Amino acid sequence: MSFLTYLINGLSLGSIYAIIALGYTMVYGIAKMLNFAHGDFIMVGCYIIFSVSAALSGNSLVGIVIAVVLCTLLGITTEFIAYRPLRGAASPLAVLITAIGVSYLLENVALLIFGADIKSFTSVIKWEGLSFAGGELKIQGVTVITILVSLVILIALQLFINKTKQGQAMLAVAEDKGAATLMGINVNKTIMLTFAIGSALAAIAGALLCSAYPSLSPYTGAMPGIKAFVAAVLGGIGSVPGAMIGGLVLGIVEILSKTYISSQLSDAIVFGILVVVLLVKPTGILGKVIQEKV
Amino acid sequence: MALLDVNNLSISFGGLRAVDDFNITIEKGELYGLIGPNGAGKTTVFNLLTGVYKPNEGIIRLDGEDITRKSTIEINHSGIARTFQNIRLFKQMPVIDNVKVGLAERYKYSALEGILHLGKYRKIEKEMDEEAMRLLKVFDLDGERDTLAANLPYGKQRKLEIARAMATDPKLLLLDEPAAGMNPNETGELMDTIALVRKEFGMTILLIEHDMKLVSGICEKLTVLNFGRVLCQGETKEVLANPEVIKAYLGE
Repeated sequence: MSFLTYLINGLSLGSIYAIIALGYTMVYGIAKMLNFAHGDFIMVGCYIIFSVSAALSGNSLVGIVIAVVLCTLLGITTEFIAYRPLRGAASPLAVLITAIGVSYLLENVALLIFGADIKSFTSVIKWEGLSFAGGELKIQGVTVITILVSLVILIALQLFINKTKQGQAMLAVAEDKGAATLMGINVNKTIMLTFAIGSALAAIAGALLCSAYPSLSPYTGAMPGIKAFVAAVLGGIGSVPGAMIGGLVLGIVEILSKTYISSQLSDAIVFGILVVVLLVKPTGILGKVIQEKV
Repeated sequence: MALLDVNNLSISFGGLRAVDDFNITIEKGELYGLIGPNGAGKTTVFNLLTGVYKPNEGIIRLDGEDITRKSTIEINHSGIARTFQNIRLFKQMPVIDNVKVGLAERYKYSALEGILHLGKYRKIEKEMDEEAMRLLKVFDLDGERDTLAANLPYGKQRKLEIARAMATDPKLLLLDEPAAGMNPNETGELMDTIALVRKEFGMTILLIEHDMKLVSGICEKLTVLNFGRVLCQGETKEVLANPEVIKAYLGE
């Protein structure tokens, strides 16, 4: 029974990684850049929920809505100020380094406002959870809700990308920016929408992450952000279902290796997977081999 | 008034004057050919017309409207659509979605309505599907609506590229070497397709082509470019009989 519990916990953690990885993978697929500040959007979301809940004496639902809206605005603003001017830059490194800069900026602004001490985050999910087999198998409410939310997000995102004109514009821009522009697609607007969706997802991931692991500091988003990036690469960066699979695999591996191998080694194992994947199948599980045009 | 009126268009790359003092006037409904040896600057003219390059000098008017300094998207919205020498379809998307990307500008609903599948979303998506199918039917591609564009045979990819360009509802259609890489059968079919586009949509077309059978077969007027300059301009028969043109193509 305990194995099943760990597996479900792994699924839950993996679902959070998956939601974060979706943001990474969409931005990479469409804007062809890695937004290394993505993890810090999570942290910003958490602090917003934390502050709003404190101000409204525990009304976390309002906090989540405000966090989603503000993170969306943060994503759009960051893209507009920091990334868009560099889109035509000679080297793709310019925007990558800027993203790392944005990441440090957000962390240090949070440090200035909220201080370095770890805040205890009150879970936004009050539900106790499910109990099976006469109490032998307990699944926490946050675990169930995390898995459900990530499933809903995945389905909604797939429908959005494949069945709406904005989604199709994203796919078109991902494949050939030039041709898309000549067909009247506004590339800037499409990339802005991608950032908006990715950042809104980061806020949701933040709410779930801090509900499951209720401690909040300016560096809360950094590690899950990096791990979600590993998940996105593992699943095949640029692929939406790939991010989901990569996230789930990573979450399960992390929890199981924490339990059965060593809690200190679990991160090493997670990043070891990244190395192995890059060696064996650089395009990831669902990644496509893109043939360079000659 | 001419549909397309280009005056004194010039662009230099470094020291190279790729297009030099280019002039062209295309009347509504005409099928106009732009020919010339390799490297003469034909595709550069297309890139200038569509705003990919900005000219150093000159003025481009579409239907009386000055589009010289407009962005690529604005020019597309003003009414110029194009196809590419090396086919640039959205290959990982189904045939119908390629056309719908072209349609997207004319059918509006908000991203929020799209995410929630609410409001105008259903109605407008249905209209887009119908319009896309109507276009695909004209090009005899309606049987392949769900095929990935990458899996279409070459000739049909060309057709789909024209259908996608037509979806943006242009006034002027630019075709960049539509017969490149085609066998005589496929070229024949392409000529039928171009004739169809003119008949169905009354479209004005400017095309770049090397295939002389196609050029002499369907173009009403020609402009010959050589080293970035207009060598000769006029009715197809007269231009092709011009000794200068023959010299440029075949050498001394």
